[in-house]
Amino acid sequence: MLKFTEEHEWLEVEGEIATVGITDYAQNALGDVVFVELPEVGASYEKGDEVAVVESVKAASEVYAPLAGEIVEVNEALEGEPGLVNSAALDAGWFFKIKIADAGELDDMMDETAYAEFIEGLE
Amino acid sequence: MRYLPLTATDRQAMLDKIGVRHVDELFKDIPNDVLNPEIDLPRHRSEMEVERYLSRMAAKNTAAGSVPFFVGAGAYKHHVPATVDHMIQRGEFLTAYTPYQPEIAQGTLQYIFEFQTQVAQLTGMDVANASMYDGSTGCSEAVMMARRVTRKKKAILAGSLHAHYASVVATTTQFTDDVIERLAPNPADPEAELQAAIDAIDADTSCVVFQNPGVFGSVLDLRPLAEKAHEHKALLIVVVTEVMSLGLTQSPGEMGADIVVGEGQSIGNGLNFGGPYLGLFATNQKFVRQMPGRLCGETVDADGKRGFVLTLSTREQHIRREKATSNICTNSGLCALAFTIHMTLLGEKGLRGVSLANHKAAVDLRDALKGVDGVEVLNRTFFNEFSVKLSRDAASVVDALADKGILAGVPASRLYPGEGLDDVLILAATETVSADDISALVAGLKEVL
Amino acid sequence: MSMNNQGRPTSAGAATENTDFESFSGHKGLRLAEPLIFELGSTETTGVDVPEVDEFEMAIGGLERTSEIGCPGLSEPDTVRHYTRLSRRNYGIDMGVFPLGSCTMKHNPRLNEKMARLPGFSDIHPLQPKSTVRGAMQLMDELSHWLCTLTGMPAVALSPKAGAHGELCGVMAIRSALEARGDAREVILCPESAHGTNPATAAFCGYKVKAIPAKDNGRVDLEALKEALDDTVAAVMLTNPNTCGLFENEIRDIADAIHAAGAFFYCDGANFNAIMGKARPGDLGVDAMHFNLHKTFSTPHGGGGPGSGPVVFSDALKAHVPVPFVVKTDDGFDLIEEADDKSMGRLVAYHGQMGMYVRALSYMLSHGSDGIRQAAEDAVLNANYVLASLGDVMTASFDGPCMHEALFDDRFLKDTGVTTLDFAKAMIDEGYHPMTMYFPLVVHGAMLIEPTESESKFNMDQFIASMRGLAGEAKAGNVDRFSGAPYHAPWKRLDETQAARNPVLRYSPEE
Repeated sequence: MLKFTEEHEWLEVEGEIATVGITDYAQNALGDVVFVELPEVGASYEKGDEVAVVESVKAASEVYAPLAGEIVEVNEALEGEPGLVNSAALDAGWFFKIKIADAGELDDMMDETAYAEFIEGLE
Repeated sequence: MRYLPLTATDRQAMLDKIGVRHVDELFKDIPNDVLNPEIDLPRHRSEMEVERYLSRMAAKNTAAGSVPFFVGAGAYKHHVPATVDHMIQRGEFLTAYTPYQPEIAQGTLQYIFEFQTQVAQLTGMDVANASMYDGSTGCSEAVMMARRVTRKKKAILAGSLHAHYASVVATTTQFTDDVIERLAPNPADPEAELQAAIDAIDADTSCVVFQNPGVFGSVLDLRPLAEKAHEHKALLIVVVTEVMSLGLTQSPGEMGADIVVGEGQSIGNGLNFGGPYLGLFATNQKFVRQMPGRLCGETVDADGKRGFVLTLSTREQHIRREKATSNICTNSGLCALAFTIHMTLLGEKGLRGVSLANHKAAVDLRDALKGVDGVEVLNRTFFNEFSVKLSRDAASVVDALADKGILAGVPASRLYPGEGLDDVLILAATETVSADDISALVAGLKEVL
Repeated sequence: MSMNNQGRPTSAGAATENTDFESFSGHKGLRLAEPLIFELGSTETTGVDVPEVDEFEMAIGGLERTSEIGCPGLSEPDTVRHYTRLSRRNYGIDMGVFPLGSCTMKHNPRLNEKMARLPGFSDIHPLQPKSTVRGAMQLMDELSHWLCTLTGMPAVALSPKAGAHGELCGVMAIRSALEARGDAREVILCPESAHGTNPATAAFCGYKVKAIPAKDNGRVDLEALKEALDDTVAAVMLTNPNTCGLFENEIRDIADAIHAAGAFFYCDGANFNAIMGKARPGDLGVDAMHFNLHKTFSTPHGGGGPGSGPVVFSDALKAHVPVPFVVKTDDGFDLIEEADDKSMGRLVAYHGQMGMYVRALSYMLSHGSDGIRQAAEDAVLNANYVLASLGDVMTASFDGPCMHEALFDDRFLKDTGVTTLDFAKAMIDEGYHPMTMYFPLVVHGAMLIEPTESESKFNMDQFIASMRGLAGEAKAGNVDRFSGAPYHAPWKRLDETQAARNPVLRYSPEE
C-alpha cells in the first residue's frame, strides 16, 4: 500500500513496517542532494517529529515522521550515494523503515491520485 | 570630499531622473524631528591632516621593535618577511569579498585551500577550516562542537589554558546548561597541572581543553590525557597559542588531539595590539560536518578544469539559520592570506630553522637569568616562553623596567589577578631577541630587584 | 641611399581566422595558470634565510617533532609570482562596481592602510604596560566617541571581532539585563527577512526564535508584532533600514511596543550606511546596535575578513558591556580588564580589532560629520537612481524610494527560462560582480543591489546600461547568453554538488 503526506513523503506499507522516502516533487524542488542525515536504528518518534535532514548545496530541509513508530532500518546506501534521492526517489532512494505504532494514522494520508492532485494545486 | 565622486551636476541629474527635488525626499520615512540631527563631531580633513593627527597618536606608543622586547602570553613578535605585507595589499586580495561567486574568486579560493592544507599539516590533523576570528573564540567554538559530538555537557579547562581563553569559554556558555570546570593554574608544577586535568575526566566529560605549550610556557606529552579522555568517550581539545612551536615540538595530532585550536598570529601577522588575529581550527575527518566556520573544497568547472568552492555550507548561518553549527559569518581572510604566504616562504625547512632559533633564544635567556639574584626559573621544559618567580611583585618590576625602555614580559597578575601569582613573570624570547637585548634585560633586572 | 634592411611590418595586419589553439604552457596570454604550492615547492626549499644556530642542549622534554610536516617552501621570486598569479583571478572593489546588497562594498581608502601600519599602532602588544600604549587607548577612546555620537547612544563595546560576534554581544547584554532583574524570558522575534546571523545568534544564546511577518509594503507588521509581544519575549531583532532596503517608518511605535512589553530592541546595524549622519538609532528607541566596520566604515573585506563589530548600548544595557574597555582618568586613560558582577564577561582574548579601529577612525576623521552625512546621502541617491533607471525593465519588489539598496525579484524573468542565478552569472560576463542573490528570503529570486556612495554617475550609467541590456536579452528569449554564463570569466560555473558530495578539503600527495 502506497501512501503520501502533505510534507511530500511517501510510505510503502507492508504489514506493520512502512518504508519512507521523499517524493519526486520534493527531490526536484531541492536540487542535487548532497547529504542525508538519517535517524538512529531503535529510536522512537511521534508523528511530526523531525526525523531526518536532507541537504542540497544551498538548502537543508527537515523530514518529519509521517506517523509514530520505531526506526528498524535506515538506507545506508545514501551515505556514499546521496544522489539516489534524486535519481530514484521512490525506490532505491528510500530513507528509513519504521515499525508503525498506530495504523490509524495512515487513514488521513493521501493515495497516489490524491497526491498528484495535491501537487497540481501547489503550482 | 576625495572619496565621494558625485558632483553637484551629477546629483541634480540623478534627482531629476528619480523625480524628486531634494535628496531628503528620499529619506521621507525617517520621522522629521529626528532627521538631520546636529552631530557634534569635527568636519572633514585632508589626508595630510589625518596623517599628522594619527601619527602624533601613534608616537605615544612604544613599538616592540624599538626596544628589548620579551612580551608574549599568547601573541608573539616574529620577523615577517617584507613580501607578505606587499602581497596582501594587492587590491585583488585586499578589496575582494567572500568567494561566493567562485568563477571570479579562484585567487581567494585557492589560497584558502592551500591554507587549510598547511594548517592540517602543521597540527597533524585531517582537515582544517578557513579560519576563525582568533584562538580564543575558536576555543569556545571547539567546546560547543564537542558538546554536539559527544552529547555531554561538561567541559574541563586545564590550568595551562590562557586566562582570556578560559574567560571567553565561560562567558559564551554562561546561559546554557554547559558545565565548565576551570582548573587552577600551577606554573611551578606543570606536571601536576596535567595530572589534575587527567584526574578530572569522568563519564560526564564532553571534552578537556589543554594548552600546549601552556600559558606559563611548559611543553608536555599529552598522550596520557588523550588516553583517559578517549576511555571516557570525551574529546581532547588542544590549544596552541604559539603556532611557531609546531616547527619544533610534536604535533597535537600525534599526541591524540580530536580538535586543535590555534592562534595563527605568529606567522604572517603583526602584534596589532590584539587584533586582527587568526583562529586556526582543525579536526579529524569523522567530525567534519560538525565543524564551524567556512570550508573550501576542490571540484571542477564546466570545462573540467580544477577549481575550488566554499562547500558544506549547510552547516552555516546563511542556510541553517537557527540550526547552524555557529553564528559565525566572517572569517579572518586577509590574515589567513598573510599566514599562508609567510608559511610558503618558510616551507618546512624554514619553519624548523626559525622555530629552533626561537627555542635557542629562550634557552639563552634562561641561562643568562640563572646568575641573577631574585630570579628563579620555574620551567623545566619550554618552547620560546617560560616563567620566573621574582623576589618582588612582578607588575612593579615590569613597570620599572618599562620606564628604562625595556618591555620585560607579562606579569602573571595581569592575567590572573588575585590568584597568588603576583611574583610570577612570563618571559618570551623569539628569533627577534638579540644577545644585546638579553644583556639589557639582565642588567635591568639586577638594578630593579 | 643607405639601407637599413632590418625593417619589419608595423601595421596591425588582417584578422586571423583560426585562433583556437591551445598553448604549450597552459597559460593564455596574460591569463596565467598556477598550480598549488604543493605541486610547485618542496619541503627542502625555503624563501627565507634560515638562522644559523649553534648546537645547544634543548629544553623541550624530548618532544621534538620527528614526523614530517609536509609544508612546501618556495623561493621569494616564486612566492611573489604564485600569489600575484592567484590575485589576478579575483574581482575586487578596486576593479569595478561591486553592487552586493547588504555588504556595502565601498572604496577602501589606502590612507587607512598606511595609518594602520604605523609601527606605533601595528607593532604594539596588547599586554605591554599601559604606560607604553597611551596612544592606543586614546585611539580606542576616540573611536568610541565617534560611534556613540553618531548613534546618540551612551556606551559602546569595541571588542567583538565581527558583526555576528557583535550580535552575540548585544543579545548577551539583553539576557544579562533580564536575568539581573529576575525576568528570564525565552523568545526572540526576528523578521523572516533577517540575515541568517540573527536567528543563529539568538539560538546560540538559548532563545527560541519566532518570525514576525511583514506587510505588503515590505515593512514589519506592527499589529502582528504587538500581538506577538508577550512576557515571554526577551527581544526583537530588527535591521533598519531593513534587508529589503527600506526604512521602518513605524520604528518609534515598534520601539514603544517592545519596551511596553518589557523587552529590548536589538538593531542589526549592517545597513547603517544609509542613515549615518542623517538619523541616530538612539533617537529611535534602539537598546543595542552593532556596526560592521568592514561595511559602513570602509575597513577592507579582505576576501572574507577580518571584520570588526563594535556594539553601542542604551542606558538600560550599558552596565552589562563586556571587558575590556577604555575609560578616561585624570591623567589620561585606563583599560578595564576585570569584569564586575554586572558585566557579561569577556568575549575575546585581548582588546579587539585594533587594526580595524585605526582604519575606521582614519575614515571617520577624513570624512568628518559633513562627509559622513554626504556619504549616506550619496549612497541613498545612487540606489534610488538605480531603482528609477531599472524599474521599468526589472521588477522592483516594493514601491520607492528605497534607502541605500534596491531590491528586485525574478518576476520580470518569468517564462524566459532565465533564473536569478543565470542573470547574475551573465553580469560577470559584463565585468561586474553580481548583486546579492536569493537574499532576503521574503521575495522570490531576490536581487539586492547596493551601489554605495563610491560610484560615480558614469559608473552607474554603465552598470545600468548593462542591466537593461541583460533584461532585454532575457525577455527576447536569448537564453544561451545566460544558461552557461559566465563565459568570459577565468573559470566557468563550478560543480558545487560534487564538492559537497565528495568533500576534498585539503591537498593529499596521493592525488
